[in-house]
Order: sequence, then structure tokens, then C-alpha cells
Amino acid sequence: MQIKTIAFVITLLSLQQGLQAQDDLLKGVEDSVPHKQYVTSAFKSSRVINGHSMEMLGAGVLDVRILHRFGPVNQGVEQFFGLDQASMRLGFDYGICKNLTVGVGRTTTNKDIDGFIKYRLIQQAKGPGGWPISVVLVAGMSIQTYKNLDTSKTISFDERAGYYYQAILGRKFSERFTVQLSPTLVHRNVVVPADDNDIYALGIGGRLKISRRVAFVVDYFYVANGLPHDVGTNPLSIGFDIETGGHVFQLHFSNTSGMNERAFITGTTNKWGKGDIQFGFNLSRVFSVKKKPGFPKAG
Amino acid sequence: MKKGMLLAIGLITGVIAFSQDRIFTRKAEISFYSKAPLEDIEAHNKAAVSVLDKGTGQVEFSVLMKGFEFAKALMQEHFNENYVESDKYPKATFKGKITDMSKVKFGTEGSYTVPVSGQLTLHNVTKDVNAGATITIKSGAVSGHTELTITLEDYNIKIPAVVKDKISKTVKVVVNSNYENMK
Repeated sequence: MQIKTIAFVITLLSLQQGLQAQDDLLKGVEDSVPHKQYVTSAFKSSRVINGHSMEMLGAGVLDVRILHRFGPVNQGVEQFFGLDQASMRLGFDYGICKNLTVGVGRTTTNKDIDGFIKYRLIQQAKGPGGWPISVVLVAGMSIQTYKNLDTSKTISFDERAGYYYQAILGRKFSERFTVQLSPTLVHRNVVVPADDNDIYALGIGGRLKISRRVAFVVDYFYVANGLPHDVGTNPLSIGFDIETGGHVFQLHFSNTSGMNERAFITGTTNKWGKGDIQFGFNLSRVFSVKKKPGFPKAG
Repeated sequence: MKKGMLLAIGLITGVIAFSQDRIFTRKAEISFYSKAPLEDIEAHNKAAVSVLDKGTGQVEFSVLMKGFEFAKALMQEHFNENYVESDKYPKATFKGKITDMSKVKFGTEGSYTVPVSGQLTLHNVTKDVNAGATITIKSGAVSGHTELTITLEDYNIKIPAVVKDKISKTVKVVVNSNYENMK
């Protein structure tokens, strides 16, 4: 009798256990190996607006970037709020591998030619062994290739060249919100007597995604030294990233029209307070030059 | 003493019977394909988790959306960011049952075609799905294969108006899993 009872209880118990387990077949199998997951898409584009973002291009991706900066809005309707005047930069960035991007560009202002190397040292990741931030290093140079009108003097290569070095520390806090800090050193070989050759600046960039395809972005550089304070100002750009499949449009208002680091960090003189701002846009179109190996598979 | 023995034997056999019926894999391959005028899309994920209960025919799959690899980095980004919203909905799961499990003779080598039905959860939407699957037994190992077509709209995956006519509204999903015994 007693044995029967026990057997019955056991049967009940194992049945119950069986039923429970059936509800959750994957339990114990699924999450027993947590793994590191890289955080991606911190920004829509490889630039916040003017400055580099913590985002890299994928391997084998070519990014054709067309930048336009218009004249000051406060010129009024006669200059169509600045749209009558435009300067532009045409640039090509290429992702050599997922952590290394190189780029070149040509700007109408000063006939600048610039180039950079951008390397991601650390990529933010979730899970065991993941870093909470991304660390990206950038080094670049620009050369002003404008024609020397004063034929009695020559302008040497050194005089035309400028360099910048930047470290980007960024974190994607949530699916919508990203912030990055980018301490930057800009070196110019030749400057007017009031300026320093070495300019230190701290960039602050942020993004807030409004929808799946639209984000609000802010790009600010605090210039710590070297610029005469009555003339030089800190560049602040505010705008929207709009993504449409292969294109990213970055529409913004800014007090700088510079399109490379030397130009916008050391050459900004307009002030937001006086309405001395201009409209501008970046257009980015990416092309996959190299496909990942193993594609397409038969399907 | 006798009672205790019986109890122990009962419990142990219960547990053993249980784990022997279950086979699993952490390397199931899930691929999807969509062919359209603008772009042919294909992606592969080789780290899906699956468990199959040989006794009851219960079968489950779970896959991390971020694990899908595409030919183009941008496609992968758009897939995660704009279409399936992987940060919000990181996993897709299938919970179902092979309805005609008695057809499959696990002791005999061969291929068996069986119907599977269950619920697919993708992009936070759960839908009933039915498909035919092939269970193959070869040298004691069990593998499963299935193909099904899903409509993006059913799972609230929106295609932007600009590319609406150029991207396929359906995708073909192919699943291959080689099961191992539970340890």
C-alpha cells in the first residue's frame, strides 16, 4: 500500500517535471554561454556633423561625401539667407577593414586638400569582456593649395600644411542616445603672431534618435587656447541626420563653414548670438566595393 | 530501505528518460533570401539554438538577430537598425511541434518528411506558422531541414515607401540543424 502511494507520488512528480520542462525546452541550453556583442550604429554617419564620430565604415565600403556650406543667414533675403553663396568639399572615405578607415577630400575654400587615417582601438561591447566605450584615434593633415598671388614670395609646403590628432571616446548609452568626447590637437606650421601653433580643443558630440531614420545631432568644439578671444569662437553645429537607404543627409545650422578640422577648429569667427550662422548639409552615399567572402550562397 | 531504493530508482529513471529524449544544437544555421529588382538580399546566422524532443516532437529555436551576416555592411546595419530593430527585439524564436512524430524512426537511417506547426515570434509579433520539415537520421545523428516563406508585413516590418516596389515583401527562410545528444 505504502509503496504504491510512493510510486504514485513519484509518477506524479515526474509527470509534473516533464510538463514544466516542455514549456521551456530551451532553458539551460540557450543562455548558458553568454557572449560578447559589439555595439553598432552609435551614429548614422562617420561624422557627427563636422567632426569624426565613433562610427567606422564597414570593410570594403566606399563613402562618397558631398558637403555644402552656405553663407550667413543674417544677410537677409537679398542673399537668399546665405544660399546664394556656397562652398563645398568633395570627399572619399574607404573602409579598409572594420577598424580602419582612410579618407581624402578637396574643399573650395583655400583649395584645401585633406586626408586622414582613422583607427578604432576599442569597440564598445556588451557581455563578458566588453568595454563600455569605444576608443577611436584619428590623424590627418590638410594643405592649402591656393595660388600665390604675390609672386615676389613663395609659400613653402610646410607653410601650407596643417595637422590634427584626435582621440574619440564615445558611448552609445541606449538605442537612441550616444555621446562622445574628442580631445583634439591641431598644429599649424605658420600662424599670425596672436595665434599659437598648437591648438587644443575638446569636441563634444551627441545624437538622439527621433525615429528609425531621423536623429537629432549636436557637434561642438571647445577651443582651449591659442585663438584671440575677440575673434575666434567655438564651432557649434546643430542638425538632423536623415537616412534614406543608401544615403545619409545631415542638415544643420552652424557658426562655422569649415569642412576640415583645421578650418572649423581654428578658423571659426562667427557667433551664434548674432544670428551669424549658416545652413549646410552633408550628403553621404555609401557603396559596397567589396562583398564579404562567401556571398552569394546558393539559395 | 526498500522504499528509499525504489524512490531513488524512480527519480533517476525519470531524469534519464527525460534527458535522453532531448537533442540540441547551438550551431543551427538559419539563412534567409529575398530576390527583388533593386537588391537580392541574403543573410546567414550559424549560431541559432535549438532543442528537439524526440518523444513528444516538441521543437524550439532561438536566434539572435544581430548574428545575421550580410554581404554588405550597410545591409546588415539597415536590417538591424531599420527593419527588425535588433536593439529592441534582439531575438526571434520558434516554439512548435512536429505533429507526426511517430513517422520518424530514430533507430533507422533515412529521411522522414514531417509537418511542423507552431508559433514564430519576430519583431515582437507572434504568428502561427506551418511548414514541412525533413528529419534525417544518419550514423545515429539527427538533423533537421525546413524552408518557409514569411511575409514581412505580418511581422510589422515596414519597407520604406521609396523602395516599396523594389524590395521583396516576402523572404524565404531556410533552417538546417545538426543535433547532438544532451550531456
